[in-house]
Amino acid sequence: MDLITEKIKKTSLSTKQDRFGKAISISALILIAAIVVLIFGFVITRGMATFTSDKVSVSEFLFGTHWNPSVVNKATGKPDVGALPLITGSLAVTFLAAIIATPFAIGTAVFMTEIAEKRGAKIMQPVIELLVGIPSVVYGVIGLTVVVPAVRSVFGGTGLGILSGTVVLFVMILPTVTSMTVDTLKGVPRHYRESALAIGATRWQMIYKVVLRAATPGILTAIVFGMARAFGEALAVQMVIGNAANMPDSLVSPAATLTSVLTMGIGNTVMGSLQNNVLWSLAMILLLMSLLFNILIRFIGNKGAMK
Amino acid sequence: MQRSHRGSIITTLVVVFIGALLVFAYQTRDKNGNNAPITAVGSTALQPLVEAAGEDFQKTHPGVSVTVQGGGSGTGLSQIAQGAVSLGNSDLYAEEKKGIDSKKIVDHRVAVVGIMPIVNKNVGVNNLTLSQLTDIFTGKITNWKQVGGNDQKIVLVNRAAGSGTRAAFEKWAMGGKTSKEAQEQDSSGMVKSIVQSTPGAISYVAFAYKSNDVTTVSVNGVAPIDANVENGTYPIWSYEHIYTKGKPTGDTAKFLEYMNSADFQKKYVKKLGYISMYNMQIDRDLNGRITRK
Repeated sequence: MDLITEKIKKTSLSTKQDRFGKAISISALILIAAIVVLIFGFVITRGMATFTSDKVSVSEFLFGTHWNPSVVNKATGKPDVGALPLITGSLAVTFLAAIIATPFAIGTAVFMTEIAEKRGAKIMQPVIELLVGIPSVVYGVIGLTVVVPAVRSVFGGTGLGILSGTVVLFVMILPTVTSMTVDTLKGVPRHYRESALAIGATRWQMIYKVVLRAATPGILTAIVFGMARAFGEALAVQMVIGNAANMPDSLVSPAATLTSVLTMGIGNTVMGSLQNNVLWSLAMILLLMSLLFNILIRFIGNKGAMK
Repeated sequence: MQRSHRGSIITTLVVVFIGALLVFAYQTRDKNGNNAPITAVGSTALQPLVEAAGEDFQKTHPGVSVTVQGGGSGTGLSQIAQGAVSLGNSDLYAEEKKGIDSKKIVDHRVAVVGIMPIVNKNVGVNNLTLSQLTDIFTGKITNWKQVGGNDQKIVLVNRAAGSGTRAAFEKWAMGGKTSKEAQEQDSSGMVKSIVQSTPGAISYVAFAYKSNDVTTVSVNGVAPIDANVENGTYPIWSYEHIYTKGKPTGDTAKFLEYMNSADFQKKYVKKLGYISMYNMQIDRDLNGRITRK
């Protein structure tokens, strides 16, 4: 009798393993949460220094059209730190790339899931997975040696600019958007398709009216994911956009993005100076934008489902 | 049973592997633990020279480790001002950089870098005066035919604001004026390839980037070559600085001594595209006052 009581009261091996596993998961979770909180805290405290210790007004920073923090503007007695040209540049390449990539991505995904399932799985799937894995510097080099000269010979000028950046980003985000769209289309229940065909819809009507409609939230999520990637991409864009912090007046004149200014400037500025602080403020904008993209993805996921 | 057996083998292997790593680390540990390693951070233009010096220095001074990193002149200066590293590399005088307290750090000039204007091969210009260069970079002159070249629009290519090469160019070629807002690139190699491929482009790079793919421009009729910098006839050049926090001591002092030794300066400085301090017949201070040696 005693033996049994003891056996029941004692923590068994499985319970120990269970607790051990739980402890590992929780500590991993705490570590990751702590890293996220620290990154946010660090970037935001640094980024806010522009507004608190350097006394730049938020509207001057967000809506000023002149970016030249290293030189004191003689008219105002302060350096120009208007980030609007950079924000415009970033948004322009992001949205243009997403607009161009979306039809291609949907077309490819429909082909892979609805039209030629076998060939799609055999050929397209590996190709797209391969494209996802190509490092961004490779896209940048190709952009500089192929896209930029092509743009130059067609439109004149230097070839560096928003258009080249858009083309490079379009190729970069296409595989991401496509593979996510494929997953969404695969997730559309089979009986939707069968019902559509049963009531006499053609294949095109079935794809257009049922499958794509049911997959809309997923496709939008895929596009936003692609945009988040495009917005945060630094290296490839920096190589082809020309990095001139002017308000962009055409698609083929050099422009700059938040990321390109950030990567170019951070090594040439002194910690704690205005020139350095404004770069942290740019980083803060990037961080807040990616947060916004994330919220957007959740919102789409919750609200967009077919009812 | 089979499975738990395999698990214990894996566990044993992992333990043995980690143990082996620890033993290896202990065996190869830094035996001169009291000697702090020399760390140099900053200017990418100066990095190759300091790296070469570091490699040689480690051979003759076993047990001393020299680590050299890039990061840019701004990083070099701010890190040395904070005392976070032993050497801060910079293309600029600390006085020229905003936000640096130059009184606490000591300047050591280790080499000279000449900077030359380069243009795309199709512009048809191979000599410019300093005032023409200034007018081009401030946007007053916008077509190459205004300076005797072909009818071709001028495309400015700048280095990133705050880079040492750009600061030196603006100071010595443009008389301290700042360039018009134009496209920027963050390395000399990139600048060269863009000037090479863009019709009408002009920029500036260090002498080490001389190449047949772009046209090198003489300034006031003086060719950008080492000899003309050394005798003071060519105006656009800058000192490469290594800063220390306070007077250098111990290994750091020995390392700087080695970098300024005739032996090292003869062996590497020219080979890596810099101009040796020993060959300079003139001396130029922060304000541009030139004295003959």
